[in-house]
Amino acid sequence: MSYVKLTRDEIAARIARDIPEGAYVNLGIGMPTLVGNHLPKDREIILHSENGILGMGPAPALGLEDMDLINAGKEPVTLLTGGAYFHHTDSFAMMRGGHLDIAVLGAFQVSVSGDLANWHTGGDAIPAVGGAMDLAVGAKSVWVMMEHLAKSGESKTVERCTYPLTGIAVVKRIYTDLAVLDVTPRGLVASRLVPGLAFDELQRLSGVPLSPSAARAAA
Amino acid sequence: MIDKIAPSVEAALADVSDGSTILVGGFGGAGVPEELIDALIAQGARDLTIVNNNAGNGEVGVAALLKAGRVRKIVCSYPRTADSYVFDALYRAGKIELDLVPQGTLSERMRAAGAGIGAFYTPTGYGTDLAKGKETRMIDGGGHVLEYPIRGDVALVKAERGDRWGNLVYRKSARNFGPTMASAAKCTIAQVYETVELGALDPECIVTPGIFVTRVVKVPRKKQAAQVRERAA
Repeated sequence: MSYVKLTRDEIAARIARDIPEGAYVNLGIGMPTLVGNHLPKDREIILHSENGILGMGPAPALGLEDMDLINAGKEPVTLLTGGAYFHHTDSFAMMRGGHLDIAVLGAFQVSVSGDLANWHTGGDAIPAVGGAMDLAVGAKSVWVMMEHLAKSGESKTVERCTYPLTGIAVVKRIYTDLAVLDVTPRGLVASRLVPGLAFDELQRLSGVPLSPSAARAAA
Repeated sequence: MIDKIAPSVEAALADVSDGSTILVGGFGGAGVPEELIDALIAQGARDLTIVNNNAGNGEVGVAALLKAGRVRKIVCSYPRTADSYVFDALYRAGKIELDLVPQGTLSERMRAAGAGIGAFYTPTGYGTDLAKGKETRMIDGGGHVLEYPIRGDVALVKAERGDRWGNLVYRKSARNFGPTMASAAKCTIAQVYETVELGALDPECIVTPGIFVTRVVKVPRKKQAAQVRERAA
């Protein structure tokens, strides 16, 4: 059977739908930023930006950019009514101190036990970590948004990360272009496979043992 | 009478020595004290250690200081950006030392310096390459890394308004590292767009109380449009 991978926007929409009303959320730079475009309009979800913003709103209209109001990716944003500014040390207290409900982060690799590698590809690349390690240890739930396979075709879910670690056993859930994987004490549990993708095919692509979710197994 | 208002950026920076550790505010382009950095380049101090979140963009601000060859070492969390080519070239040529610190640890180490804390344990970075060689401890079942304060000889920060006692308020996300860095240096120099009379700043809303500030210097306001064009360029 054939299947179509989710686009980045489709993965982002899937994540956005899973964020509950009232959640405080940090969206990592890169792909996770897209989640902000898909938040359900009927929910109040408060976005946090590491550089000192709660209640971050969407990009401003062209010509209305204010370069004193930017997100973690250094792009101009807006502030929602009720939003607040604060300094970096308070911002990272929110992150490290367990005050954020969800952080959505990109990843190079995630291990079966939830180890995350997302800051450095090693070798002679110039390393840059930013707030990734603080979010990884601090948010109540760390969700990863990534393509299931690397450009090389290798699975990004691995037994042990070969790239330098960002955090140990920090990831709770992985959203890919093929499925959703929950990190559990029994290993990765797969659900919401894209239409037409059989579990066995997902397993073959994934490189680590998966189990189907109970709901799916019963179905 | 206390008057921390300096007559010019040159006067404000006159006593910066070679070999100083300088905390420089800003995140990306927001909150970067560009006029103070330009004056530091003109002042001529060299062999500097710079503490900043990034390692400069384009050829302004911290990148201009790097390009002028004044920086021995940079302590930062995110040196790699689309236009960090000045740093990239120096780093690849082995002409600058990089001390990479997770962003929250960078901020908290300066907070510790300002607050008189000897060291602290943080879960951030535990088990990663950035904790290699550092003392660790299990606290409440989780691994933590021992981190030491980062003290500045000088802090350069950008605020929106200040008064002659050194009280400061900031603008939007340009606040970022300013308040923490102001507390963490022996000499804190703040550039502002407006100096106001004592009492004009609402005491309930002062972000950095003047005790943390040594000098305040007024600089002309840049047009936002010009800034946006600069970022886009």
